[in-house]
Amino acid sequence: METAPSLFSLYFPIVLMAVVAIGFVVTTMALTHAFGPKRPTKVKDDTFECGIEVKGNARSPFSVKYFLVAILFVLFDVEVIFMYPWAVNFRELGLFGLIEMFSFMGLMIVGLIYIIRRGALKWD
Amino acid sequence: MDSMLIYKALLTVGVFAVSLGIAAYLTWGERKLAAILQDRVGPDRAGPFGLLQPLADGVKMLMKEEMIPSKANKWLFIFGPSFFMLTACMTGAVIPWGSGITVDGVVYPLQVTDINIGLLYLLGVVSIGVYGIMIGGWSSNNKYSLLGALRASSQMISYEVAMGMALIALTMITGTLSLGEISRQQDAGLANVVYQPLGFLIFIICAFAETNRAPFDLPESESELVGGYHTEYSSMKLGFFLFAEYINMFISSAVMATLYFGGYNFPFQHELGLEGNTLAILQTAALFIKIAIFIFVFMWVRWTLPRFRYDQLMNLGWKVLLPLSIANIFITGIVMWALGKLN
Repeated sequence: METAPSLFSLYFPIVLMAVVAIGFVVTTMALTHAFGPKRPTKVKDDTFECGIEVKGNARSPFSVKYFLVAILFVLFDVEVIFMYPWAVNFRELGLFGLIEMFSFMGLMIVGLIYIIRRGALKWD
Repeated sequence: MDSMLIYKALLTVGVFAVSLGIAAYLTWGERKLAAILQDRVGPDRAGPFGLLQPLADGVKMLMKEEMIPSKANKWLFIFGPSFFMLTACMTGAVIPWGSGITVDGVVYPLQVTDINIGLLYLLGVVSIGVYGIMIGGWSSNNKYSLLGALRASSQMISYEVAMGMALIALTMITGTLSLGEISRQQDAGLANVVYQPLGFLIFIICAFAETNRAPFDLPESESELVGGYHTEYSSMKLGFFLFAEYINMFISSAVMATLYFGGYNFPFQHELGLEGNTLAILQTAALFIKIAIFIFVFMWVRWTLPRFRYDQLMNLGWKVLLPLSIANIFITGIVMWALGKLN
């Protein structure tokens, strides 16, 4: 049996991938900046609103529903992340782990039912 | 060890180049397939069958005038598409493209790196991709872009929860997050889709939503939002947004093939009497055939199904897919317990 690969050899390729990708992105951006013509006019640089004169700007309040979805996402995603270590060790933890996680998920379902009943996910 | 590092470096560049090349030809493939489905000819001017079209498009994107709206946040405006492209390129690193080529007794794996948190890495990189869209759409300072970006991010994060849950049920069976290990397990046993049909269904729907593909292409629904989050973009910055979508499509097809359809393994591969490198090359070919089938499904669906309405999209994500994926975990757990797979 060979020895387990070192952390360096495992994660170095990921760093490498990032370097290659950053290199590609930066080069391409620089190239398109260098090659493209530059003939800016005031009208051209205006915000596009289907040819109608621009009214105000986009830095205005928007529906609070999006914030709600974001907060719910954080709640549920943390729970999902919490479940990964359990899922990996599922077989070793046995019936005890199963029951523990089912009770945890039961609470989560109660939460989900609560937010649905409160109309947090109602879009109209 | 040093030769291994050099090999890994070459493989990294190779995987990067292949995913870029495939994504480029997917744009051609998509247009051809759309043409066939709609009884048209499709691109046929640049080269035979329009095969040089991706090249022409690339050059055109590169040479176009770069416009940055006067009201936009300049650096964020550039950063958005760059970041989106960057995250799209990073995901290919953990996918096993084949079992490995043996040269002089040394096995050269066809996977850039087999980290034991492969699945988490994948989820993590995919989910930070949403920043690219959000930053790009917000910094444009355009109402359409802002709405598109908001839709994109709330859609992507909503479906990510169900996606994570579907993968948990898969992890319960595999007991590992390493994609290489998951592939090897499917060599010994059956493809995971046999054990996780519901999980796969949830995963593929979420993959459509995560890649912003039809029928979940609300972020760029042209009939209401002009171009959605990339309304204000031009030149290669627009190209990055469009191109990254194809890379994402390619990578998610590869992920689906790896996680649920046996990865590079194909049926009866050990009964053919093939060994070593011949088998390894055939396996890689098998993986790419599976990927091609998934990509075809992606395109087929796009040109067949109409777009969802926003409330339908959110209801599907939170009230159908999420409870279904929770139920899937329950079912998986109980069945595994009943079959005595637990300690």
